[in-house]
Amino acid sequence: MTALATIGRFFLGFFGQTGQLAIFISQTLAALARPPFYFRMIGQQMLRIGYFSLPVVALTSFFTGGALAIQIYYGGNQFNSEAIVSSIVALGITRELGPVLGGLMVAGRVSAAIAAEIGTMRVTEQIDALTTLSTNPYKYLVAPRVIAATLCMPLLALVADILGIFGGFVVGTQSFGFNAAIYVQRTFSFLQFDDVASGLIKAAVFGFIIAIMGCYNGYHSKGGAQGVGRATTNAVVSASILILAANYLMTALLFSS
Amino acid sequence: MTDKISLAQVHKSFASKQVLRGLTLNIEKGQSMVVIGGSGSGKSVMLKSILGLLTPDSGSITIDGQETVGLARDKRSAIDAQIGMLFQNGALFDSLPVWKNVAFRGLQNEGMSEDEARQVGTQALRRVGLGAELLDLFPAALSGGMHKRVGLARAIAASPEIIFFDEPTTGLDPIMTDVINHLIEDCVQDLGATTLTITHDMTSVRAIADKTALLYKGEIIWHGDQEALDASEDPFLHQFIHGLAHGPIEVEGQQLETALAGLES
Repeated sequence: MTALATIGRFFLGFFGQTGQLAIFISQTLAALARPPFYFRMIGQQMLRIGYFSLPVVALTSFFTGGALAIQIYYGGNQFNSEAIVSSIVALGITRELGPVLGGLMVAGRVSAAIAAEIGTMRVTEQIDALTTLSTNPYKYLVAPRVIAATLCMPLLALVADILGIFGGFVVGTQSFGFNAAIYVQRTFSFLQFDDVASGLIKAAVFGFIIAIMGCYNGYHSKGGAQGVGRATTNAVVSASILILAANYLMTALLFSS
Repeated sequence: MTDKISLAQVHKSFASKQVLRGLTLNIEKGQSMVVIGGSGSGKSVMLKSILGLLTPDSGSITIDGQETVGLARDKRSAIDAQIGMLFQNGALFDSLPVWKNVAFRGLQNEGMSEDEARQVGTQALRRVGLGAELLDLFPAALSGGMHKRVGLARAIAASPEIIFFDEPTTGLDPIMTDVINHLIEDCVQDLGATTLTITHDMTSVRAIADKTALLYKGEIIWHGDQEALDASEDPFLHQFIHGLAHGPIEVEGQQLETALAGLES
């Protein structure tokens, strides 16, 4: 009986949370569709989410591109690898590693910050104060963050693509003695527009997930400092898992068609 | 006199815990009503229900005769526009300087320019006895008393017809308590506003109340004016206003005698 009750409580909690998240997303979408739009807030959030995430994303993708080049070089035929290293690094970075690793790094940085900020506003009654001052918290707090993250993530993924490929280029030319001009020529001759575009589409979805999970967990946090801490952890964990799950689904959709 | 705010048979539960149990309260226009009650008696839930931050399970809440229970947020903007609220801890926005906090409503919803907002901020701060040198400070740089006064400035900045005060003197020293009580009294008189204050501080009750109501277990069990408060022989009211450990009021569902006996043993 206790085991059954535990299972029952788990499913009730799971479906309750899912329903609450669905309502949160629908209210966010409604806020995105109707004025007022807080353009200054959107600009501020683009600076925080996009610009300040640049170093993290750039360094991550640069080193990943370099490591990928080493793996492909030693995993493949070392004496005839100039062609495959450049092309596989370019494909791997643009289709998968650029957007996914960039998304995970931004999830760790931004989702946590959003959850902590909005969670603190919740437990100190600042969100209640917003409402009593005739300001819709979904429009003022949630929508600007969602718009900023959805717009900034593709730009960050583009930076990740460029620096990831550059990381592979540096390792290929400096460690393995590849000809720089041939490396670049083979990278661009093999890479197609769809490879880059699919990664940027994924990145936009990841940006939406990162902002929504940060806002949702912060908005529903309760119980003082401990509750804000829990919201922050949940935001990062749920955003990371959803990014990986969404990546699988989108890869299956984009590349099976 | 017509009722500005009226609550009738309001019930609100959280899971199995019943917080409001048929609460009925009427506040006349221009009246200063103070609701007193211990921790967990339902004061904050009552206030949040009137503000539309919580939806009652049943009952009616009217403001200026208009039913607010079940009214969507975007449908009650006219009601919200005439309400000012001082939160217990000020609830100032950390990310905004004092002047943007005070003039927030005008800046965000009424197309007020930044110059006008600074003027509104300066005037509102002057009304609560603060100088314009605070305008550019952030809330983190303010003391507890200043926090409260800036919160009060924000509550009165738009000259609202209704002002709510949530435990306005909690956590303040006796001198600052007196300052806040006088500021509330002056502001309310200047504006001619209808006010509802929830508190367990009897100094505030004596300073600002036209009428007082005692909330216990989610119901108003006594109400009356200052004279009636002093003359009343109601045992619940007597225990509360004199701060007595023994009496009919239970602490968190437990008789005080039982709790004290447990401590002594």
